[in-house]
Parts: sequence; C-alpha cells; structure tokens
Amino acid sequence: MRNPLAEKVVEIKPSGIRKFFDIAQEMKDAISLGVGEPDFDTPWHIRDEGIYSLEKGKTFYTSNAGLKELREEIGNYIYRKQGIRYEHPLKEILVTVGGSEAIDIGFRAMINPGDEVLIPQPSFVSYEPCAVMAGAKPVIINLKAENEFRLTARELEEAITDRTKLLVLPFPNNPTGAIMERKDLEAIAEVIIKHDIYVMSDEIYSELSYKEKHVSIAQLPGMQERTILINGFSKAFAMTGWRLGYACGPENIIEQMIKIHQFAIMCAPTTSQYAAIEALKNGDDDVTEMCTAYNQRRRFLLHAFREMGLECFEPYGAFYMFPCIKEFGLTSDEFAMRFLKEERVAVVPGTAFGDCGEGYLRISYASSLDNLRTAMERMNRFVSKLREEKKG
Amino acid sequence: MREALLAIIERNSRIDIKELAILLGVEEAAVANELANMEAEGIICGYHTLIDWEKTSNEKVTALIEVRVTPQRGQGFDSIAERIYQYPEVQSVYLISGGYDLMVILEGKTLREVSAFVSDKLSTLDSVLSAATHFILKKYKDHGTVLARKKEDEREMITP
Repeated sequence: MRNPLAEKVVEIKPSGIRKFFDIAQEMKDAISLGVGEPDFDTPWHIRDEGIYSLEKGKTFYTSNAGLKELREEIGNYIYRKQGIRYEHPLKEILVTVGGSEAIDIGFRAMINPGDEVLIPQPSFVSYEPCAVMAGAKPVIINLKAENEFRLTARELEEAITDRTKLLVLPFPNNPTGAIMERKDLEAIAEVIIKHDIYVMSDEIYSELSYKEKHVSIAQLPGMQERTILINGFSKAFAMTGWRLGYACGPENIIEQMIKIHQFAIMCAPTTSQYAAIEALKNGDDDVTEMCTAYNQRRRFLLHAFREMGLECFEPYGAFYMFPCIKEFGLTSDEFAMRFLKEERVAVVPGTAFGDCGEGYLRISYASSLDNLRTAMERMNRFVSKLREEKKG
Repeated sequence: MREALLAIIERNSRIDIKELAILLGVEEAAVANELANMEAEGIICGYHTLIDWEKTSNEKVTALIEVRVTPQRGQGFDSIAERIYQYPEVQSVYLISGGYDLMVILEGKTLREVSAFVSDKLSTLDSVLSAATHFILKKYKDHGTVLARKKEDEREMITP
C-alpha cells in the first residue's frame, strides 16, 4: 500500500508533554502543577447565559465571522481595556474556535512559501508547527533569563532577514510568565516598522497581568495596521472548554482569515458565542476576583522558591512560574520525571516550549493554595535531596 | 489591603500572619496591625469554623422563624430584637424588609425544643404579633461553601 501520510505533518515533532501526560495520568493521587488552564469554573452567570441560549433554541450556525453582537462587544472590550479602536468590528474582528484557531489561520492567511516567521521561545507549543504547516520557515529567537525572558530590540534586529514577514509576540508569556512593558514594546515596534514586518500578538493572558495593566503592541503608533491581535475567553473568563477566541486586525488580513475559517470551520460554537457576550458585558468583576487569587498564589510560589534557594525571576503575567534548575545537573526532563515519580508532583519541563527551555520548569499556579502548599513542601524536600545527592 | 485581607480570611481564618503577608505582598507587621485594628473597630467579629453538623453524630435542628412585631416608640425594632437575641439558642437575628420584620435563626437539639422555644418564649413576648417557623431539612450551601458534595478537579493532568 502507498504511504498515506503527508511528509510535512509526519516531520512535525509530537508535543513534548505527551509522555508526562501518560505517566501522570496513571497517578491518581499526584498533584498537578502542569495544567495550562484556570482551575476556576466558568462564572455561573456566563454558563447560565449559555444554557438560556440552548433553551431558546439558539442552536444554528452563526454568521461565519461570529455573531454581530459579539463582535461589537469584543470591539468595545478592547477599546475599554486597551484603548484600541476597531472602527469596523464586523470587518476587523473574527470569532474563532479558541485562540489556537486564530494562530493557525493567521499564519495561513499571511504566509507565502519560504516566508520567515520569527518565533520567540520558550513559548506556547503551537506557533512553530502551525507556521510550518502554513509553509513558513520558522526562525526561533531564544529568549534569555537575564532579560526576564522579554524580547529585546537587539535580538529582534539580529533575527530579521529579507525574508522575514511576521513576528509572533506571545506576551504575557506561557510558559515563562514574562510580560512586555510599554518601553519594551516601543523598542521593538521601532524595529518592526523599520523592516516593514507584521506582528501576530497573542495576548490570551492579557487580563492576567500583575504589575501594570497589560499593554498591547497594537496600542503603539503605527502598529495597529500591522498587528493581528489574538485573544480569547479561555484564560480571562475561565472558559477553556467553550473553545472561543478571536482575532482583530486590518480588514484585508481578517477578510482572508474569514475565508479560511468559513471553509474549514464554518463558525465558532453558537452556545459559546452567546455565553461570551455575557462574559464581556458583565464579567469584569469575575476577572478581577480570579486575577487577585492568581496574584496571591504567584507571590506564594515566588516566596517558596526564594526560601528553598531556587533561582527564579519574578514573573508578572499569566499563571506560570519558570524556575531554573540548572544547579542540580539534571535535564528539565530528568528533573520533572523524578519529581513526579518520587514526590508525585507533575510539572512541565521547560524544553516542551522550545530547546532554550532546557534547565527550567514550567510550574502552573492555576491550582488551589492548598495544593500549592503541599506541592511546595514536596518540592522543598526533593530539592534538598538532590543537593545532598550532589554533595555525596 | 483591608478588603483583600478580609476577602482571604473570610474564607480561611486559619491562614497565619506570615502567609497572609506573603499572599498580599506586604510586611507581617502590617498584617498584624491591620487585623488588630479591625478587631478593635468591630469589623472582625470572630474567627468561626464552618461545620456540617449533619456529618457528625451530634443531632441538631435549625429553624428559620419569620417574626412580625410591633415596633416600639423611640426604639423601632432594636429593643425587641435585643430581647430576642439574648437567648443563647438564637443564632442570628436580622431585620428584614417585606412581609415580616425579623428573621430569627434558631438552633436546638430536637424539634420539640425548637417548638417549645417558639410557643413558650418567642410568641409570648408582648410585641410579637406572629411567628412562622420553617425547619431546615438540608443545607446545600452555607457561607458560600457547598456542603453537599466535594468538587473533583476534572482537568487533564498536563496541558500546554
């Protein structure tokens, strides 16, 4: 029989977290700090609106780009939160199946074969494979701990060639928790404009920003017209399972994205769209409440790491810590595997998010304070044991 | 810090001062001061424990009593409320808007004990016009905490 598979797909490495997943799944009593989604339930009034829409029989397709009211509310929300005005929300905003779909079709709408896409790493697992499947040549920028994993203008400048088309800007960042402040963004915006490239700004964690209000690169002069802004409901409103995100950007790009979305997906789930309208209209207090809880846990973990003498920069975004474990002479993989087997705590090796994540762990604090307390006791014990081993 | 502090200890009053300071990102002394101040100001009135008595062998009956009363000149409802809340079996007394005046929450060992309180003590008070007693059959949620079932974490163990 002929080989049924597409080479391009076969060549893509499977996600690095798979084997952990399989082992962790067997250990029912393990504490997981490996989860990339909120531990909160979707606020009840939002769920209620979804249920109500079902009761009313709103079970049909919506327009391809999403409910008109939802797109208008997204426009209002972005203006309210970040001061970015999309004058024509019906042409500049597309509702997608999670932020992930927006990433995929964003690449597909913009990439010609051989175009280079700059991907700072460590970062979310989807950018590189999606860029490759869209025919791009991914160019990885290895972010550095000494810069608190922010992207600097210099790093950007050095990675740009004549073929560079697009920069992926994933901040607040999964897995590092790094943010880009206004001054950082201004420095790279200058480079972007100088070289006439575009930006895919994945701001799915925008609401979870603990230092100052999140700044989007699209807020800066001359940037809105060259930015695809991606966001969604998963992290801000604890709505991961509803699979709902959106992309905002220049009309000409969104128009092409709608075309792909229309043929591949038809439309995002209708129930989720009705619930999302409620989230945007009446969900600000829920977001604040969840954000306060995350921030407290963030301080708790940072303090715990400092107490056990583990090197970790203070992350100001998302719900991840990215401690350095190089002192133990183990790879991230080895550390995470032993930590899971010996102490029954699951974390994700930094290498799952790019080679430069070697020597780091992603620790999620989307978990109750009680869990975090127990996990940190175990981590303290484990770290002491490793230090003893190293001495002996 | 006050509201943030209250929000935490309203849910868990057992968190120690050291950890409160970490969670709030402030000094321990500041937390201790703020707690002392709020105790002095009567904002913090106690550090109670939420107990689901159903799960113990201890028998308890709780009743909500809607009480209609005649307010007294110059005192409104305060003196009658005070008269009622002196009884140790009375857990709570609220002044309520709507069809009746006071909501009294009463705890007793048996149905008979609660009934006796209502008929002998409460209803015989001069200003009490009527009392309607509702016995609580099951507590699903109390003080913002669901008692009926423990929620499992249904998330996948590891996700990107």
